[in-house]
Amino acid sequence: MRSILKKEILVSFSPRIIKLKVEANFTSSPLPSQFVILMVSPYGERIPLTIVEKEGNAITLIFQEVGFTTQLLGSLKEGDSLYSLIGPLGNPFRAQKYGKVVVIGGGVGVAEMFPVVKALKKEGNYVISILGARSKKFLILEEEIRSNSDKVFISTDDGSKGEKGFTTQILERLLKKERIDLVYSVGPLLMMKKTSEITKLYQVKTIVSLNPIMVDGTGMCGSCRVIVGGKVHFACVDGPDFDAHLVDFDDLLKRNSRFVEEEKKILNEKNPFISKEGNF
Amino acid sequence: MRKIPLEERKKTFKEVALGFKKEEAIKEAKRCLQCKTPSCIKGCPVEIDIKGFIKFIAQGKFGEAIKRIREKNSLPAVCGRVCPQENLCQKSCVLNKKGAPIKIGYLERFVADWERENKKRTKPKLKRRRKEKIAVIGSGPAGLTFSSEMSKRGFKVTLFEALHKVGGVLRYGIPEFRLPKKILDREIEYIKSLNVEIRTDFFVGKTETIEELKKEGFKLFFLAIGAGSPKFLGIEGENLNQVYSANEFLVRINLMRSYLFPHYHTPIKVGEKVGVIGAGNVAFDCARVALRLGKEVFIIYRRGKEEMPARKEEIENAKEEDIKFIFLATPKKIISDERGNVKGIVCLKNELKEEDSTGRRTPYPLEGSEFLVELDTVIVAIGTKPNPLIKKIAPNIELTEDGYIKVNECFQTSVPYIFAGGDIVSGNATVINAIYQAKKAAFFAEKFLKKCMM
Repeated sequence: MRSILKKEILVSFSPRIIKLKVEANFTSSPLPSQFVILMVSPYGERIPLTIVEKEGNAITLIFQEVGFTTQLLGSLKEGDSLYSLIGPLGNPFRAQKYGKVVVIGGGVGVAEMFPVVKALKKEGNYVISILGARSKKFLILEEEIRSNSDKVFISTDDGSKGEKGFTTQILERLLKKERIDLVYSVGPLLMMKKTSEITKLYQVKTIVSLNPIMVDGTGMCGSCRVIVGGKVHFACVDGPDFDAHLVDFDDLLKRNSRFVEEEKKILNEKNPFISKEGNF
Repeated sequence: MRKIPLEERKKTFKEVALGFKKEEAIKEAKRCLQCKTPSCIKGCPVEIDIKGFIKFIAQGKFGEAIKRIREKNSLPAVCGRVCPQENLCQKSCVLNKKGAPIKIGYLERFVADWERENKKRTKPKLKRRRKEKIAVIGSGPAGLTFSSEMSKRGFKVTLFEALHKVGGVLRYGIPEFRLPKKILDREIEYIKSLNVEIRTDFFVGKTETIEELKKEGFKLFFLAIGAGSPKFLGIEGENLNQVYSANEFLVRINLMRSYLFPHYHTPIKVGEKVGVIGAGNVAFDCARVALRLGKEVFIIYRRGKEEMPARKEEIENAKEEDIKFIFLATPKKIISDERGNVKGIVCLKNELKEEDSTGRRTPYPLEGSEFLVELDTVIVAIGTKPNPLIKKIAPNIELTEDGYIKVNECFQTSVPYIFAGGDIVSGNATVINAIYQAKKAAFFAEKFLKKCMM
C-alpha cells in the first residue's frame, strides 16, 4: 500500500504538474470530488489531493508543485512509498441527468474536473467543458476531457492556445446564448468566485469544489471550515462541493492565506532535517 | 511530586511531573493502611486492586505490583498520569480524613514506568485462540482497551484507526508535557504484543464499510470513535484567521508536531497574546502549549475560579506557569484590525445565579457590560460533539437526539453485533471512563459471541 507505481510528468516547466499512480487500500470506487489525505514523510504535513481515477487498487493523483510538500511529493520516484494515505474522503458529487451542463476547470483543477465530466457524460448530459491554463504548455488532460465531452473550449491567459483570456469569459458568452442547466467549477478560488458571480446573474445552479486548508480531513478539527449560506460547514465532511451561490468566497480567500509566511519560510529553509529524499 | 524547574518547564514540552523515585514510592506505599474493606478500589472505575499493588510496592516487589495492575488496566502509565484521581480512587482513601490520601496515581505511574525502564514486561497468557474476528473502530483509550480485553479472551482483533498514528485523544489531544508520546508508544506496543492487529489510515465507512468488513468475516464491531467534532461559539469573527478550535490547535501541535516547524512540515501561527475560551482540561492543555510557544496566555471562562472543571493539579501548574485568568466572561464577538487579523475579543460580564444539574452556578451575561480583551489569537475550547460522519460509519444504528450512540446496559447498540463505548456513548468524559466502558463492553461482547455460537 501507498507505494508509487507510476510517475508521469505532465508539465515539465516550473511549477511542474505531475501524475502519480499510487497503491491505495480502499476497495470501493471513489466518486467525483472525493479525495485522499496524504503525508510524504513522517515529518510531513497532511495534504488533500483529489482522486482523479482508480483502476484496480491504484489511484491516480495529479498535482502541481506549488509549495514545499508538493515539491517533496514531486521528488518521489516510482517504487518509493508515501508515509500515509487515507481515503476516499469527502462527500462525492453524485452526477445525474441535468440536460446541458458546463464544467469549468482552471490550472490543475482540470484534473479535478475530469471525473466530474466523465460522470456527467455517463448520465447522458450534453457536456460542455471549458479548460483554462496560464499558457499552452500548462494545459493538461485535453484529450481525456475531449473524449468525454460534447464540446470543448480552451482559454489561456497568454493566448498561446484557444482563446486569450479566462474560462469565465467563455462561460458568460455561452450563458448569454443558450440555456444551461448546471455549471460545475473547480480550480483557483478566484475563478470559482467569478464563475459564481456570473451564473448568479443568469440564475443557473452552480457547484464549486472548495479547497480550504485541511489537516485530518475527517471532521475533527475545523481547519477547513467555510461559510456557506451564512453557516459554518467543514469542507472535508460536508463538502468539498457546495452550492456556489451560497459560498462566502472572500472568507475562504482570507482563510487560505493563513500560513503564507510559514509556507515561504519552509521553502527557503536550509534545515538539514527537511529531507527532500524519496525514501524515509 | 517533583517537577522540572519552572523556568525550564515554560520553554519545553518535556514532561512536567518527574515521578517518584524508588525510595519515595516505597515510603508512600508504606503509608497505606491496607484497609480490610478498601474504599479506594470502589473509587476506581476499573476496580484495580489498589491495596494489593501498593502492598507489593511497599515490599519492593514492583514486578508483582505492575502485574496486579495489568489484570485490570492495560494503560497504567497513561492512567497514572491523566486520571483525575482526586475525584476517584484518592477521593475515597480513608487517609483523606487526615488530609493526605495515598498518592495512588503516582504509585501506579511509578510501577508502570519502572516496568518500562527495566524492560520487565511480561506478556499475559492468552487464552486458546478463537476463530472469530473482531473489528474495533477507533484507537483511543476505549478502542485500545477493548482490543486488549478481547485479545486476552482469545479473539482475533483488528483495530482500525483513521489517522496515521494510534492513540486517539492520547495522541492528538493530551500534550507531550502531560503524557510523553514515547510512553504512549510503549503502551501501544504492549497491546500489539497481545496479537492485536493495527491498521492505521483506515476510515471505516469510507475505506471500507462495516458491511464489507462483515463479508470479510468480522463477527462483532466495537465503535469507539470518540466525540471529536469541535464546538464553536457561533459568534461574529470566529472564522478569522487566528481563531482555532482546540482540536485544530492540539492536532497541529501534538500529532503533527508543528511546534518543531519547519523540522516537521505542518505550520502553526500563534500571535503574542493568546486567549483560550473554556476552563476544562482541553483548555488548560491549549493554554499551556501556547505558553510554551513563548506567548502571553489568558484563560477566559464564563464561570468563576471554583467552577473550573479542569484537574486541580493542572490548574495549579498553569498558575505557576503564569497563565492569566479572566473569569465570569461570555465572549460576544471577536474583532479584527483593518488587515483582518484578530485584535481582541469583546466579552460580557457574567453574574452567577442558580445551580444547574451539575451543581455549578449558571452564568448570566449582564446587558451593557461589554469589555475588550486585547488578543491576537483565540483558541475555542468549549467542548466537542459527535462527528456527523457516524451516520456513514454505521448507518443503521440508533442515535440520541444529540448524535451520540444509544446503547443498552451491555453497551450493545440497536444493531446486535455492533457494540460501542467511550465518548461516543457518554459524551466528553475521562480516559478512565472510556476504559471502564470498554471493559464492560468486552465482557458482554464475549457473552454475545458465545450465545451466537451455540
